[in-house]
Amino acid sequence: MTPMTEEQINLTIDNPKMSARDVKVFYGEKQAIKGVSIDVGMDHVTAFIGPSGCGKSTFLRTLNRMNDTVASARVEGEITLDGENIYAPSMDVVQLRARVGMVFQKPNPFPKSIYENIAYGPRIHGLAAGKADMDVIVEKSLRRAGLWEEVKDRLHDSGTALSGGQQQRLCIGRAIAVEPEVILMDEPCSALDPIATAKIEELIHELRGRYAIVIVTHNMQQAARVSQRTAFFHLGDLVEYGVTSDIFTNPRQERTKDYITGRYG
Amino acid sequence: MAEHTIKAFDEEIDRLRGLIAEMGGRAEAAIENAMLALQRQDKVLAADVVEGDKRIDAIEAEVEKLVIQVIALRAPMANDLRDVIAALKIVSVVERIGDYAKNIAKRVPLIATNTRILEPISLLPSMGQVAGEMVHDALNAFAARDADLALAVVERDTVVDDFYNSVFRTLVTFMVENPKTISECAHLLFIAKNIERIGDHATNVAEMVYYAATGQTLPERERGADMQPED
Repeated sequence: MTPMTEEQINLTIDNPKMSARDVKVFYGEKQAIKGVSIDVGMDHVTAFIGPSGCGKSTFLRTLNRMNDTVASARVEGEITLDGENIYAPSMDVVQLRARVGMVFQKPNPFPKSIYENIAYGPRIHGLAAGKADMDVIVEKSLRRAGLWEEVKDRLHDSGTALSGGQQQRLCIGRAIAVEPEVILMDEPCSALDPIATAKIEELIHELRGRYAIVIVTHNMQQAARVSQRTAFFHLGDLVEYGVTSDIFTNPRQERTKDYITGRYG
Repeated sequence: MAEHTIKAFDEEIDRLRGLIAEMGGRAEAAIENAMLALQRQDKVLAADVVEGDKRIDAIEAEVEKLVIQVIALRAPMANDLRDVIAALKIVSVVERIGDYAKNIAKRVPLIATNTRILEPISLLPSMGQVAGEMVHDALNAFAARDADLALAVVERDTVVDDFYNSVFRTLVTFMVENPKTISECAHLLFIAKNIERIGDHATNVAEMVYYAATGQTLPERERGADMQPED
């Protein structure tokens, strides 16, 4: 691929929350990520876009070591959280995943009550001193997830009884409950209808600044709507990373342009 | 450029570009015919120019409708977005160019005197030709997405401005010496101003073409030493 100049791609930012440098991911012999360097910060939502198989989800998963669960996966390069290497042997992965939370494509609440879905994380991480304390955490998390008003009278109903959009907000609330610093979202709206999608997007907007948010999406309009910075991945390369409004009005790279204008493939 | 996966999108963009090409061609012809009518005192040709402006206005309305449809249904991005936004802005400018040509044509019957006695008129056809070529090149640049050609149009605007200043001085001098021709000369002055405005508008089109082609806006250019305040 054509080497990128500083003008074409500005991958470093001031005060990055997380930084990746020359990250390569292999699944067995197959290389899925070919040396990606990128910074994500607290002040903006970062969107990863690209066609299926481009590596955007794989790369997202390296940010909280979800790829550890895949036996054949191997990660090279360096990824830091507040300057600390998350692949260092001293890193506690459970602690890491509390700090770098994740929301998945399909809402996956625990088959427990709404209350327990939120309380589970704080409990295992020892964040609540007692019942009253936990009640406060549950309410605060559900409020931040934009779900409190809808569920406050039925906290002990099953989380799986909620609508898809509510379940996804419950999962976001569950991630928030352990006070993460970074929230990774992998296609969080692809199973939702447009109204539930709009609610999640509004929620992402409200959470911006409090957490570093990285969202993987197939929906380019969604990336345009919710993010301030966009990274375009293609065949394991980070092709272009820049201010979202620049990427969508004047992309520097031909491959980015073809993808976002619907000329790809 | 590669085609869109959705073919109907390409068809709409092609139709948009076709309409703008037609509109530009008509505006260019209107300028040429208005100047010809002026030189030849051809009232019939002048009336044709006035009538022909209706089609230019109609194309503007059609393009506006199509652009709104494309934005609503296709959500264009990047160069596609810049193309349709430029198209929308270009048609409103070309419509104004058509109006100026129409205005020139409307003055033809009012200049009743044998124009040959009016010496200053000799500069106007050349001025009109330069402005007409600017319109032609600006629209060609849009069709070809040619940023260099657009730049060349922008640079040529000073030629029209210089012509205007020259015509202005000549007409004022002429009016002082031949007070009986003041009425005709006043019309010629307005015609010169109309052509000068056509040059400015062609420049605006070229600036939009440059933006559509490159994604960059041109820096505010230096104005020629114009005797008239810019409007």
